[in-house]
Amino acid sequence: MRGTFVRRLLGPQNRHLWFWIFVGPFVLGLTLFTYVPLAWSVYLSFFDAHNTVSPTEFVGFDNYTAMLGDDAFTGSLVTFLVFTAFIVPATYALSLALALMVNRLRWAQAFFRSVFFLPVACSYVVAALIWKMSIFNGVRFGLANTVLDWFGADQIAWLSTTDPPWYWLVIVTVRLWLQAGFYMVLFLAGLQRISPRLYEAAAVDGARPGWQVFRHITFPQLRATSVAVVLLLVINAFQAFDEFYNLLSDSRGYPPYARPPLVYLYYTALGQGQNLGLGSAGAVILALIIAVVTVVQARWFGLGRKED
Amino acid sequence: MPTPPKPRDARRRNAREVRRGNAREVRRGNARDVRNARDVRDALVGVGRAVRLVLLLALALVFLIPFYLLVRNGLSSEADITSPEWTFFPRELHWSNVSELFDDPNVPMAHALLNSSLIAVLTTVGTLLLASLAGYGLARIPYAYANVVFYWILGTLMVPAAVTFVPSFVLVSSLGWVSTLRGLVVPTLFSAVAAFIFRQYFLGFPRELEDAARVDGLGYWRTYWRVVVPNSRPVFAAVGTIVFIGAWNSFLWPLVIGQDRDTWTVQVALSTFTTAQTVNLHELFVAAAVSIVPLLVVFLVLQRHIVAGVERTGIDD
Repeated sequence: MRGTFVRRLLGPQNRHLWFWIFVGPFVLGLTLFTYVPLAWSVYLSFFDAHNTVSPTEFVGFDNYTAMLGDDAFTGSLVTFLVFTAFIVPATYALSLALALMVNRLRWAQAFFRSVFFLPVACSYVVAALIWKMSIFNGVRFGLANTVLDWFGADQIAWLSTTDPPWYWLVIVTVRLWLQAGFYMVLFLAGLQRISPRLYEAAAVDGARPGWQVFRHITFPQLRATSVAVVLLLVINAFQAFDEFYNLLSDSRGYPPYARPPLVYLYYTALGQGQNLGLGSAGAVILALIIAVVTVVQARWFGLGRKED
Repeated sequence: MPTPPKPRDARRRNAREVRRGNAREVRRGNARDVRNARDVRDALVGVGRAVRLVLLLALALVFLIPFYLLVRNGLSSEADITSPEWTFFPRELHWSNVSELFDDPNVPMAHALLNSSLIAVLTTVGTLLLASLAGYGLARIPYAYANVVFYWILGTLMVPAAVTFVPSFVLVSSLGWVSTLRGLVVPTLFSAVAAFIFRQYFLGFPRELEDAARVDGLGYWRTYWRVVVPNSRPVFAAVGTIVFIGAWNSFLWPLVIGQDRDTWTVQVALSTFTTAQTVNLHELFVAAAVSIVPLLVVFLVLQRHIVAGVERTGIDD
């Protein structure tokens, strides 16, 4: 009978079918829009592909050697390493400090949490705009230069000097402002999971509240949160694009300094270069570097080990 | 007849008395020290609390300055923005900046807002549907290869979305989707992070509710829609807002795919302002202010859910 056949086919005992009804569409899309482009990109990186998305001539590893021999590209890799080295500890320290302070408030906790979280709703484009056009404007009407003027200091052309690299301050503060609130919330969640008994035990043992308790109780207990925060920060730093693109490019083009890999790839593959083979090779190199760094970090932190 | 205490006993008792007295003295002294220490500590804690509060207020002010500048400049005249005599309040408020922005034929602001809204809503609804179903299937439908599938999904977390923009552009352009709504929305619908959050959440979903549904004769599909979804509103709200914010603010993908003016999002439109030769500052700032209004509304309405959702995503466990 047809009715029973359909019922048996669609019955809850047919777990394989139901698993794939639930998970199938997602896995299919993910495969199509992540794994397929990746594979295609690896394939394309061995070909010459100027102004076209279909490979024309097999060139072997030429694209890779060209990319790695290109000072602009290797320079961009250095830029993002330095950028990461700046932004990860800075955001980590600021968001942890905010969380510790907000967590111990007896009143107005929600207010402060909201204020620090609010920039998360702001886009990098808008933030870059405020930073570039209003705060760190090189001409007289920028807020930073106005404040410098109050103290009798000289004005600074924030975004166009490389010596000293003032643009660095602009780039780092934008990201700090935008992301510290998000990581603060993660730390707050971690702090709330620490058992009050540990603090009582520490008090009985005579630990002084403040630094000692922080060093021996709070900080070790936040280990899992810290690992996650650092991993996310590093991955996000490697993907820096929006603020570099919007802060440092103008109608005259793009200055040679402060160019992270994604901006460089964007110009190579889709800008004037239109060289998708070369761009693909760069993307593969970058993906490999990120994968290696992530794995090394995860190993280093003992992520996935079952000890705790 | 009571025996009189022997002298040796008396001496012993005396010694005991003295020792007790000493101990009492010592204890009293200790107590005084402890009380002093406690006073000092209380004073220090009080000072610490005051310092902390002042620091927090100062930081809060710093965090709010950019928002203030956005509004201040958005409502100023061009002359007020560029005046070297910077004032806290603009000399006069120009509410007309808003209508000027939408009347400017050079800036497709209204169209860009429409595009962004459409993209953000479609992306949010699509992601919630796909990721929640996948998360539920992975968490609750027993299947021999569920772990393999899960690792296949997790693997994409290793490949940051931004790195795949070149190959994704290649794929989307060979599908002929460049400068289409499809091209802007469909590739972003499959968020491994969202599926992961839903899976973690559904792993902790109370089984009793589902068992009751099962007893009532509901299959996986109807159990999901009638029991699981209605009881999981907070996680849907949290993931939904995070996805919405991400979609509204995303820049690289719309920049790559939205090559025609007709498919510009708000972020791309704003960006063309900053890289343009001559900049209409008051229009630029009012445009930026307008662009964050939808998010602030979403944020203020659902703030509690966002924070709770971020806290329970389980990424730090």
